[in-house]
Amino acid sequence: MSRVLEVENLKISFPGGDHTRVYPVDGVSFQLERGQTLALVGESGCGKSLTSLALLQLVPPPGRIETGSVIRLGDTDVLALQGEALRRIRGRRIGMIFQDPMTSLNPVFTVEDQIVEGILAHFKMARAKARERALQLLQEVGIPDPEQRLKAYPHQLSGGMRQRVMIAIALAAEPEILVADEPTTALDVTVQAQILEVLDRLRTSRGMAVLLITHDLGIVAGRADRVAVMYAGQIIEETSTGRLFANPSHPYTQGLFASVPRITGPLKRLNPIRGSVPAPAAWPSGCRFRPRCPKAFDKSELEPPLLPVEPDHLMRCWLAEQQGAGTRQEPGTKS
Amino acid sequence: MIPLLAVLRSAWRKPRGRAGAVLLLVVILAALVGPWFLPDPLAQPDILQGSLPPGPGHPFGTDQLNRDVLARVVAGARVSLSVAFLAVMLSATLGAAVGLLAGYWGGTVDSALMRLVDGALAIPRLFILLLVLAAWERVPLAALIFLIGATGWFATSRLVRAEVLRLREEGYVHAAEALGARRVHVILRHLLPNAAGPLLVAATLAIGDVILLEAGLSFLGLGVQPPAPSWGGMVLDSKEVLVSAPWVSIFPGLAIVITVLSANLFGEALRDAVDPRSA
Repeated sequence: MSRVLEVENLKISFPGGDHTRVYPVDGVSFQLERGQTLALVGESGCGKSLTSLALLQLVPPPGRIETGSVIRLGDTDVLALQGEALRRIRGRRIGMIFQDPMTSLNPVFTVEDQIVEGILAHFKMARAKARERALQLLQEVGIPDPEQRLKAYPHQLSGGMRQRVMIAIALAAEPEILVADEPTTALDVTVQAQILEVLDRLRTSRGMAVLLITHDLGIVAGRADRVAVMYAGQIIEETSTGRLFANPSHPYTQGLFASVPRITGPLKRLNPIRGSVPAPAAWPSGCRFRPRCPKAFDKSELEPPLLPVEPDHLMRCWLAEQQGAGTRQEPGTKS
Repeated sequence: MIPLLAVLRSAWRKPRGRAGAVLLLVVILAALVGPWFLPDPLAQPDILQGSLPPGPGHPFGTDQLNRDVLARVVAGARVSLSVAFLAVMLSATLGAAVGLLAGYWGGTVDSALMRLVDGALAIPRLFILLLVLAAWERVPLAALIFLIGATGWFATSRLVRAEVLRLREEGYVHAAEALGARRVHVILRHLLPNAAGPLLVAATLAIGDVILLEAGLSFLGLGVQPPAPSWGGMVLDSKEVLVSAPWVSIFPGLAIVITVLSANLFGEALRDAVDPRSA
């Protein structure tokens, strides 16, 4: 497997009050291999969307990516790019699709215009040829009667169709990585499954890597190869999807699983995590989950590094020292 | 472009929108083809006769120099409408350009441009125009158009900027940026077409303003210079015969009222179509 994306110690800061800065993303590291799907899971406000925007230097001002952060795309140092060089990787190396297909398409242009625009932003070719490509892309994302759909305006399409069109646009410049930020949140459950199906198929057929950002563990199962769970600007657990579902280890991850309703088994009250994610300015010292954690103990007052629970399974919790004592191979990386 | 067409169609469905549009089209048509069928507006067939009342041969009568008033009103329509449309096109273009630039770039560019606009808006437009025109004897028509256009874009730029600030946060603008669209492309393809509705409303309403402004300036002798006919200038010329030959002043006056009214009716219908809450 070849590594297509490497994020190391990503820190994003925003100005807080009194000349201080807050860090909604605080030392995030992960890698993405060719043909792999990595799911970035977490609640609203945990920094997952901001992380994805940083990959293309799209963090909205006054936010800032701190020095010391590294984003390597193949052998390109993304954070060193600016101007035209930066524009050339947007869409071309990393394609993005967003949460709401209702607003992601421009109402005044046809589907054809918008896909062709995506192609011509990166390739020099005749418009007629670009139109051919647009047609192929619509077929690839599974739009029936693509010839007709090319002429449609966004308001003439359903939500699922629009998200397919968005995917087609994101694929227009043949990126090696597709970032999907909550691609199905705004859609019906039945349509959700279809869209995920499309993403899965494209990943296999194109050998693309997918960074899937979601708050929905149900989407992760069966779709992602690896999962990184984020809490309060940090990755707090990272492993393969199989291991995570078999052995969720961080108390926060366990809380997430406990708060998902189950169809099978006895009917029980849901067990939500108490409280909510604090604002970045109010993150506690030590373990950031400590105030909400049912298993917090005295050592939680120190900030835990990512520690191994079992082979290829890291979590940011001191409990790993007890659970993972037997399988411990290497010291966790301190962020 | 769907919104623009939809806006026009919705304005057309309203009675006042349709009335305004029809009246305005009649005035424009008369200005375009009228002069072919009418006598020379500068001809003075029998100067001693002077001031004939409306009657056969001269439906609007003749003025004190025995020139045909209908011919002069129609020729005046050409002048007044060209001044209005060209000046409004200039100010809409300038306003759109400045508004797009300030709104999309933001930061220092935005602050600098908007403070400039604040300053310009603090000085009454008529005052600037009077200052320049009073110093400029026999101002050429092109210069007059330029001056009116160049002093009319300030409010438009604010309007467009506000629209751009809203559009900038739209999903498709973010998506275009994330997929590597060039800035010029984002501005021309995503921002401008979606801001076109309010811009069209502002421009249509500005037509009426500019016709009044030009008429006022010409009435003061500072606008369109004689012998070129203009409505304001004709009202000015008529003041010696205001009582003895009222038709000489009434018809150009009516032309001003009808044109301004129709532009405003149509503009208001457009505004209601763009923003139904203002209805």
